Amino acid sequence: MLKGWKDIPIGGIIDEPGKSREYKTGTWRVLRPILHEDKCVHCMFCWLYCPDMAIVIDSSGQKPKMVGFNYDYCKGCGLCADVCPTKAIEMRPETEFIEE
Amino acid sequence: MPVNLFDLAKTFETRAEDVGLVQGHRLCPGCAAPIVVKFSLMVARKLGYEPVVALATGCLEVSTTIYPYTAWTVPYIHNAFENSAATMSGVETAAKALKKFGKIPQDKKYAFFVFAGDGGTYDIGLQSLSGMIERGHKVIYVLYDNEGYMNTGNQRSGSTPTGSNTTTAPVGKVIPGKVQLKKNIVEIVAGHEYVYAATASISDPNDFFAKIEKALNFDGPSFIAAFSPCVRFWRVPDSAANSISKLAVETKYWPLYEVDRGVYKVTRKPRQFKPLIEFLKPQGRFKPLLSRPDAEEIINELQEYVDRRWERLLILEEATKGKYIR
Repeated sequence: MLKGWKDIPIGGIIDEPGKSREYKTGTWRVLRPILHEDKCVHCMFCWLYCPDMAIVIDSSGQKPKMVGFNYDYCKGCGLCADVCPTKAIEMRPETEFIEE
Repeated sequence: MPVNLFDLAKTFETRAEDVGLVQGHRLCPGCAAPIVVKFSLMVARKLGYEPVVALATGCLEVSTTIYPYTAWTVPYIHNAFENSAATMSGVETAAKALKKFGKIPQDKKYAFFVFAGDGGTYDIGLQSLSGMIERGHKVIYVLYDNEGYMNTGNQRSGSTPTGSNTTTAPVGKVIPGKVQLKKNIVEIVAGHEYVYAATASISDPNDFFAKIEKALNFDGPSFIAAFSPCVRFWRVPDSAANSISKLAVETKYWPLYEVDRGVYKVTRKPRQFKPLIEFLKPQGRFKPLLSRPDAEEIINELQEYVDRRWERLLILEEATKGKYIR
């Protein structure tokens, strides 16, 4: 539903920071990253390089741990798989995950 | 103390709102520009600075701020293509004035960042950048160099390398793509003397962090030229941003060095260099050049050029040791 001109703030300013999260870029994805946890050494390289901040990590322990991916925003570029030193991330076609 | 990767991970986790650039921006998959932004803002935040961001028109600006969305959670300003540096000069001066009149706390530390592409730096925004540095505003100008006007569809810019295939300088029967050499922007900026200028690459994060840290601590304008592959128009796979940056450093195409008030320092000296052809070959934008009959001649010329530049850097490093101009 589009907003009417009376609902839009004066000057068309955006009154909420980080609003782009409402737009899920995950729908762009063609290849899906899959984590093989047995190979992962939690080096945080994927987290550092992910251009979409889509790597989920758990930093409650002594050392931060790689947990998985945020598929709402992952665009499937495969940069995480490319920088992974142990090849723990595999890129698989998204068509394999289509639910009937 | 240098910034540590695990510390960063612990601080920011997946809370991108703390970094400044959040999910949902619409840059191409695998684009290196958000990585450059992330690296810069994370270090600033980690060291206790509040980032303020200005963008020049370009890929980053148009795809992070599509109305009614914005991907920024830090104070953000965009004015025009050519005056990002001038705009930030004003913001920096305004902050100074507000501090003076007690409107904002005296001890609040701000980091003023400008992110601009190569169009907004090499060509269109050069005079405002020069003015900003000459007036000595404490602003960090981060250039993400994707070597062309990629936002509008791969037009040639002052940063496009020789022999690259662009829509305005295509490789044909007569001309081998762009015939001029890439402008050496760091030298131009370093010519202003009281400035910290450096090149950086996302393939070397520690070096990148150290340079941002140094820029934050430097009392004056700083300029970081970050190599930022455009996966779309360099015709490389989406995942190649890091590997191409790595090759650029290892083939001397993008030497990592800094110029701190006239003192040169090469921050990364690879033990073994690769021939330039290894950097050119994986990229589709050089493919038309490589299929020309005179390709070898042009590549040899380019190889000689990067060798000469590297040697010159080493000589300058030796000659300027400890001799600050100002």
